[in-house]
Amino acid sequence: MRPVAPNLVIGLALTGLVGAMALLGAFWTPYDPLAMNFASRLAPPSWSYWLGTDEFGRDQLSRLMLGASASVKISILTVILAISSGTIIGIVSGFLRGWPDRIIMSLNDALLAFPGLLFALGLLAVLGANENGIILSLGLVYMSSVVRVVRGTVLSLREREFVEASYVMGNSLSFTMRRHILPNCIAPLTVLATSMCGWTLLAESALSFLGLGVAPPMPTWGNMLAGSRSFLDQAVWLVIFPGLTISLALLGINLLGDALRDRLDPRMRRRVG
Amino acid sequence: MLRFALTRMAMAIPTLIMVGVTVFILVRVIPGDPASLMLGDAGDAAALAALRERLGIDKSLPQQFLIWAGLLLQGDMGTSIATGNPVLPTIIGRFLISVQVVVPAVILSTLVAVPMGMFAAWRQNKLGDIALVTSATLLMSVPTFWMGMLLLLLFGLKLGWLPIVGYVSFSESFKGAAFYLILPIFTLFLHEVGVILRMARASTLEVLGLDYITHARAKGLPERAVMWRHAFRNAFGPTWTLLGLILGNLLAGVAIIETVFTIPGLGRLLVDSIFARDYPVIQGCLLFIAGIYVLVNLMVDLLYPIFDPRVTAQ
Repeated sequence: MRPVAPNLVIGLALTGLVGAMALLGAFWTPYDPLAMNFASRLAPPSWSYWLGTDEFGRDQLSRLMLGASASVKISILTVILAISSGTIIGIVSGFLRGWPDRIIMSLNDALLAFPGLLFALGLLAVLGANENGIILSLGLVYMSSVVRVVRGTVLSLREREFVEASYVMGNSLSFTMRRHILPNCIAPLTVLATSMCGWTLLAESALSFLGLGVAPPMPTWGNMLAGSRSFLDQAVWLVIFPGLTISLALLGINLLGDALRDRLDPRMRRRVG
Repeated sequence: MLRFALTRMAMAIPTLIMVGVTVFILVRVIPGDPASLMLGDAGDAAALAALRERLGIDKSLPQQFLIWAGLLLQGDMGTSIATGNPVLPTIIGRFLISVQVVVPAVILSTLVAVPMGMFAAWRQNKLGDIALVTSATLLMSVPTFWMGMLLLLLFGLKLGWLPIVGYVSFSESFKGAAFYLILPIFTLFLHEVGVILRMARASTLEVLGLDYITHARAKGLPERAVMWRHAFRNAFGPTWTLLGLILGNLLAGVAIIETVFTIPGLGRLLVDSIFARDYPVIQGCLLFIAGIYVLVNLMVDLLYPIFDPRVTAQ
């Protein structure tokens, strides 16, 4: 039995912490995250307000918890959209080959010709800068990577004996895809989905920071950091805690992604062995 | 070599056309009349009719695309709704500001990260390697906008060594411009060092496992010669390709750093245009940045044979 890698343990612990914070934040927070209290505006961290308060006297810990649920929800929905649509398109493209494959891959290459964040910004200009706009635009941007990975896997799998055997046994095309092709795509997709969670979390924070994401007063980590810029010299805690939370979440996902790649990517396994 | 260069350049043309088609379609899918969108609320009936005529709105979509592409090839990207200025000169002016942040950051981080990555690979699983990889992973996990704010807080507000925010052009004052650019460049440098170091380490590890390195060591060559003369060129190839992607992505994402340090660069122009729904500028920025991205990657591919001559033979 292989020893458990430290990056897997730390990665799981950090992502678990962020997940728990997001889950708890959706149902309960120490204070009302949106309630203003001017008597305690810009209060430093204390026993009453563990992470201090903002310029409207709102509890920062409560806002970080609610922000976690918003950021995590957007990330998960984006990844689900990208993985599900990309998997279907990738399987169809790789299995049908011929002109459908050429058309799909030309369109996909057009998406990949843009830097990801640039295309997301272009789509946001069209779809509108809001939560749904972010999910749709980032989902579409990351879908192109999924299409490429799944199509590549399908192209290599469809020539293998076990797939041919499935046909010889009289199984239908859809059964063969579900039973033999799709399970073999799960390992590369798991690695990709983990990295994608990190990319989405970062992109969503960056877009919110630019003012193109979820609009205040609803908190996200990115718009909390953007709001703290005006109070850089008065309330350092407004800068420290949201940034620290994003960084720890990204660190957890990066470490988890590395650990999963080491375990699931056959090329890495060979190198490790 | 010439054949390789011509083939690679020919391959970039369809990509540029696809980029153009995508940007053209992106604005056309917005419900409503594209001419009204391009003019905004400011346009009167005569201006609207003139623009409809110029864009060929009454013609079929492929014909409209050809008219649009023709204007584009003449450098005509239309005029900004917000300022009334022609789009292309505005974009070029802002691009030259963004380049002053992005290019030095990428060059500096490459010069620092590649030797560090090679050193980490050479000392694989030793203390130096673990320290470098851990630092790189930590740096990669810190978003640039937070890193920029922390550096502002430390060097601008607490220590008072560097100006807090703003921009001075080199034509106004060389020293002033350099002073204002130090923090944004350093912020991007810290982030990219982590990314490049990990790539340089991974590609060096691949190369160090190959037979010709074992052979070089068996000949009794000193480690410095093995690393620099034999491993470096092969190990640098993947990192070189990554640099093209990083440059392009930074140009697309530079709005973040420009927002932190209030620099009037290309990224900020794009974001401000999205707020103002200034579609001619949005379209122009998308095309310009994506075009630069394709061209930078083309240049990277064309220069790749310097590090690995085998690619021209393939």
